[in-house]
Amino acid sequence: MAECNLESKAFYNAIHQDVLIGSRCKDCGHVSIPQRLICRVCHSDQAEQIEFSGFGTLATFTVIYVPPTEMVEAGYNAKNPYCVGIVALEEGPRISAQIVGLDLADPGKIKIGMPVRKTVVERGPEDKRKKVLAFEPA
Amino acid sequence: MTKKLSRGVAVVGVGMSKFGAFPEKHSRDLFVEAYQELKQSVQNGFDPKEIEAFYMGNFSSDHFENQAHLAPIVASWVGLSPVASMRIEDACASGGVALRQAVLAIASGQCDVVLVGGLEKMTDLSAARVTDALALAADTMFEVPAGFTFPGFYASMATAYLDQYHADPDALLKVGIKNHENGALNEKAQFGQRISDVMASKKAKAAQKGLPIPEWADEMDFMKDPKANPMIAWPLRLFDCSPVSDGAAAVLLVSEELAQKYTDHPIYIIGAGQASDGALAERDSLSSVPSAAHAAAQAYEMAGLTPDDIDFAEVHDCFTIAEVMATEDLGFFPRGEGWKAAMAGETARDGKHPVNTSGGLKAKGHPVGASGVAQVVEMWKQLNGLAGGRQLTPRPTVGLTHNVGGTGQTCVVHIFERRS
Repeated sequence: MAECNLESKAFYNAIHQDVLIGSRCKDCGHVSIPQRLICRVCHSDQAEQIEFSGFGTLATFTVIYVPPTEMVEAGYNAKNPYCVGIVALEEGPRISAQIVGLDLADPGKIKIGMPVRKTVVERGPEDKRKKVLAFEPA
Repeated sequence: MTKKLSRGVAVVGVGMSKFGAFPEKHSRDLFVEAYQELKQSVQNGFDPKEIEAFYMGNFSSDHFENQAHLAPIVASWVGLSPVASMRIEDACASGGVALRQAVLAIASGQCDVVLVGGLEKMTDLSAARVTDALALAADTMFEVPAGFTFPGFYASMATAYLDQYHADPDALLKVGIKNHENGALNEKAQFGQRISDVMASKKAKAAQKGLPIPEWADEMDFMKDPKANPMIAWPLRLFDCSPVSDGAAAVLLVSEELAQKYTDHPIYIIGAGQASDGALAERDSLSSVPSAAHAAAQAYEMAGLTPDDIDFAEVHDCFTIAEVMATEDLGFFPRGEGWKAAMAGETARDGKHPVNTSGGLKAKGHPVGASGVAQVVEMWKQLNGLAGGRQLTPRPTVGLTHNVGGTGQTCVVHIFERRS
């Protein structure tokens, strides 16, 4: 378990340790990802850090043919597109992430609701590699 | 309790620059163009010294023009110094929020005459840098690192919408065709071409170069051709996306009791609403824009009207799916029915709920900070019977504007009426 820290950067510190963290409101039980101190449902400021299983389902997705600079630098373009989506974690909340390990030749064959699990992709130049959350078919 | 404005607010004149790509112009030049047209539109004229505040919508002159603190510069360029001038930034809703702040300034009694502006100069940057700059309207910590672009966000909403309602994706292409039809009748539009005109011009170009002339059965066939209309973010194609644009718009607001001094045909702002939201992933719905429904509910309640009372609307069609969702969020059609209405032509000029008679962001262009203000220009033209070839008949009485920031982190709605 990563050290309890409800500030935003702790999310990526945990990703670097291959752990997916969030928070649970101690008053109403609402679960958030990324973690946050103040509950958006009951406004309580009593939250605890939790760790997610990393399993979930694909809530929606797209395949991007015109990438932003960071993804161009990661090697993506119209001929080598990538999938990005929103994953509903089995604990409830949803998060945006790249979806890897899919055949993108016909995006119509990718199904909303398909089971996925957490993985990590590395991006950026050699001296500044960073780990980013991603999901792959489970 | 219903929230009413403490006193009424009227539009007494409007202006906009041509929208398009203008490499020789700075945003301030485009605003001067809009302001000059505004001056001409105020029937009895006005003394610039009467203007007490200038609210200016602009998303990112910092990135697009390497210029922050733009409002005082623009104010100076139209001779308004030392009037209070401020830039409002709420992504693509910057213009609509600037309008709202001006409405509140007049309603509060602090100001009687306020200038609202919106401007953006986007085309100086490369396409990739524009994509990067626009992405700053999303959460750069938890959304952008996933690889999302703005077409990508709306494409994901389209995927969710099409799946949830088993909708025909052709409905999105129909929205694009309709907005190009309207844009072709708007002399200020970036794309003054119907899709059939685009097809003819591509055929002519191919013939001129001695290349094989492409064959398309009809507009839908063209829209489905991956060469003519390439995929940007599945399922959205090039013609599902609003363009990168330069442009400016200006509106003069005055208190209701002063309106007749300036013009015999003011239009009145009778409803206003604004709402916010978190990142797309944390919303209960991925197939609608909840902040739009909240903002619309406030505006309808203030105006004492229902969606069926709205004769026409200018909605934020940054992408075709956004127009379909807007027509549901605003209550023109039930959830899951917006795509059918688009297919059936109900949002065309001769339909039950005309939407984006100006051509919308899609065809008119989308200079981000200007869009919410340019929507008011169309309100003025349609309500006053000045919309030329795209004029609705009978002349409408009540219109609505819907301006969205990001994927709906901000939405602002206004309702306008004429009384003459």
